[in-house]
Amino acid sequence: MSTRIDRRFEALKKEGRAALVTFVTAGDPDYGTSLKIISGLPKAGADVIEIGMPFTDPMADGPAIQAAGLRALAAGQNMKKTLKLVKEFRKTDRDTPIVLMGYYNPVYVYGVDKFLKDAKSAGADGFIIVDLPPEEDTEFCLPALKAGMNFIRLATPTTDDKRAPKVFRNTSGFVYYVSVLGITGTKAPDLKSVKANVNRLRKHTGLPICAGFGVKTADQARAIARDADGVVVGSALVSAVEKSLTKTGKATAKTAKAVHALVADIAQGVRS
Amino acid sequence: MNVTNPNSFRMGPDENGLFGIYGGRFVAETLMPLILELEQAYKDAKADPTFQAELDGFLEHYVGRPSPLYFAERMTEHLGGAKIYFKRDELNHTGAHKINNVMGQILLARRMGKKRIIAETGAGQHGVATATACARFGLECIVYMGEVDIERQKPNVFRMKLLGAQVVPAKSGSRTLKDALNEALRDWVANVEDTFYCIGTVAGPHPYPEMVRDFQSVIGRETKAQMLKREGRLPDSLVAAIGGGSNAMGLFHPFLDDKDVEIIGVEAAGLGLRTKTKHAASIAGGKPGVLHGNRTYLLMDDDGQIIEGHSISAGLDYPGIGPEHAWLHDMGRVEYVSATDKEALEAFQLCCQLEGIIPALEPSHALAHVMKIAPKKPKDHLMVMNLCGRGDKDIFTVADILGTKL
Repeated sequence: MSTRIDRRFEALKKEGRAALVTFVTAGDPDYGTSLKIISGLPKAGADVIEIGMPFTDPMADGPAIQAAGLRALAAGQNMKKTLKLVKEFRKTDRDTPIVLMGYYNPVYVYGVDKFLKDAKSAGADGFIIVDLPPEEDTEFCLPALKAGMNFIRLATPTTDDKRAPKVFRNTSGFVYYVSVLGITGTKAPDLKSVKANVNRLRKHTGLPICAGFGVKTADQARAIARDADGVVVGSALVSAVEKSLTKTGKATAKTAKAVHALVADIAQGVRS
Repeated sequence: MNVTNPNSFRMGPDENGLFGIYGGRFVAETLMPLILELEQAYKDAKADPTFQAELDGFLEHYVGRPSPLYFAERMTEHLGGAKIYFKRDELNHTGAHKINNVMGQILLARRMGKKRIIAETGAGQHGVATATACARFGLECIVYMGEVDIERQKPNVFRMKLLGAQVVPAKSGSRTLKDALNEALRDWVANVEDTFYCIGTVAGPHPYPEMVRDFQSVIGRETKAQMLKREGRLPDSLVAAIGGGSNAMGLFHPFLDDKDVEIIGVEAAGLGLRTKTKHAASIAGGKPGVLHGNRTYLLMDDDGQIIEGHSISAGLDYPGIGPEHAWLHDMGRVEYVSATDKEALEAFQLCCQLEGIIPALEPSHALAHVMKIAPKKPKDHLMVMNLCGRGDKDIFTVADILGTKL
C-alpha cells in the first residue's frame, strides 16, 4: 500500500531532484499562527512537512526546538490540537505528506491505537518517534505499519553496518539520516561524512534517505541534496519563528512570512 | 492489574530490560549502540571476580564499608513499639549511599577505557560522589545540575568544584533534576566516543536500573548478615525513602524473596498528595509513562507532559521512580506510602534530639513513616530504616524553614 510519502518521493525521483523536508513545532507560537505557517509551507517549497508534537522533555533536541515546544505548550497546545492542526491543513492540501515527530510519552498516554486512528483520519502519513529504537518496535512501530502508516527511523553516525539491518527492518517511507552526533540544531553537518554515510546506508536500504540536523543555509542544503534524496531543515525554521516574536513571545505579522521566506530560500538551494 | 506472582522477585529484568511492563530502552538511535556496549561490558565485569574484588577493596578502604547496623535505642523507647535499627549509610565517604553505585560505575568506566565522565545531580549528593571518584582516578568529570538546584544547594556545588568537577547548569525546562538528566543525555549523544554516563539512581534505559541496583545491593546484603549476627534472624520490616529509589532498591533487593519481611518504600508527599502538583509521589500520584529511557510511574498531566515534582528534599523531587519499584508496586511485593514535608521535618528534628544523628531530609521521610507504624508493632518486631544520607547539606534548608538566620 503506497502512502502520500511514497508517492511524493516517487514523483520527485521522476523530477530528478531531492526533497525539502521542513520541520516546525505544532502550536508554536500559538495555534493560529502555527496553522498559517504550516499551510504556507508547500507553496514556499516544502515537499514533506514534519510537525513536532510538543513535549516538556525533548531529550534529543537542542535549545531552539526545546524552546519552541515550551512556547507551544504555554500557548495551550496539546495532542488533540496537534491532530486538529493536521486536519485543518488537509482541508487545503491533499498531497503534501505530513510526518508527526516527537517523543513517545504523549503518544503512549493518548493511547497507541486511538492515536493511530485519530492521526490517520486527520490526514497524517507517518511518524518519527525519537525515543523508540528498533528494540521497542512492538510498542508503536509495528502497530503503525499495520495501520498503513509510515514509521520513519533515524539513522546516525553510530548506526554501523552491523546495526543498520536492524534499524531499517521495520522502517518505511524514508530514512532520516542524522548528520551529526548530537542534538538538533547545534553543530553544522560535515558534508564529506554525510556523503560517505549516505552512500554506506544505501547498501542497506532502498528507501529514500533524507539528511538533516544542523542545516541552516541554502548552500548547505544544495550540497546535501547532491548526495541525499532529501534535506531536512528544522531548528533554523524554529529559530526564525523565535526571532520574529515580540519580547513577550507573541506572534507578529512577520512570523509566518519569516518562516516561508527561509523555506523558499533553502528550497532554491535544494532545487538548484 | 492482572499479574501472576513469579517464583522469585529477584530475577528481573528480562533480556529486554523489562520488569513486567516497566523499564526498557526508550532512547534515541544514537545512544542504542552505546547502551548495548555498556550492557555487554557490565555483564563481563559482573562475571569477572577481579572486578568484584577491586570494587570490594574500594568499598572497604575508601568508602568505609560495611556501614554499621545501629540499634536506635532512644528512638525505640520513644516510639514504644518495634525495635528500630538504622542502616548507617550516612557514614559513608561523601555522606550518602550514592558513592556505592558511583564506585561500581567508575571502575566499570575505567575497564571500558572511558576517560570522560558525565553525571546528573539534584541535591548534589550523586554529583559530589561522582566528582570524588573521578578525582580519585584522575578522570574528567562534568556534572549537570538544574539552575534552580545550583542556587539551593550551594555547598555541594562548591564541593564538586573543589574536587575538580565542572558543574554545568541545566537551563532548560523547569531547571531541576529532570532537566539535568535531559542535559546529560544530550551531552552523551554528542560525545559518544569517549564518554561514560554515570547515572545516579535506579532509572534510565536498561542496563542502568539493574546495574545501579546491583551496586547498591551491598546495603541489603550487609543488613541481612548484620541482623542475623545481632538478632539471629531476619528483620520483620524494612523502610526506605524513595526519589528515584536507589537506596531503597539496594536495601530491598536481597530481601525480596524473604516473604515474611514486610517492605515499605516512602515517597515524598511534599505539601500533600491532594495538592496534585506539589508533591513528588510518582506511584501515589502518577501513572505509567515513558521518560528518560524507561517506562515507569510518572507525574504528568492528561496530555502526557511531565510535571515537576516538589519536595522539601531536593533528592526526592524527581517526577519518576525506578522501573523495578513500579513493578514491585504492581505485584504488591513492596508497599509504597508517602510522608509530607512537615512530617519529614518533624522526624529530622526528633532524630537529631534523640539519637544525636543529623539525618538528610531524604531518609527523614522514611523515619517519618517509622514514627507512624513503629508504635503499633510489638516490641520483638525488628524494623530496619535506611539512614541513607547525613543532613549537613540540609541545615540551610531546615534553618530557613525554622526561621533561623545562619
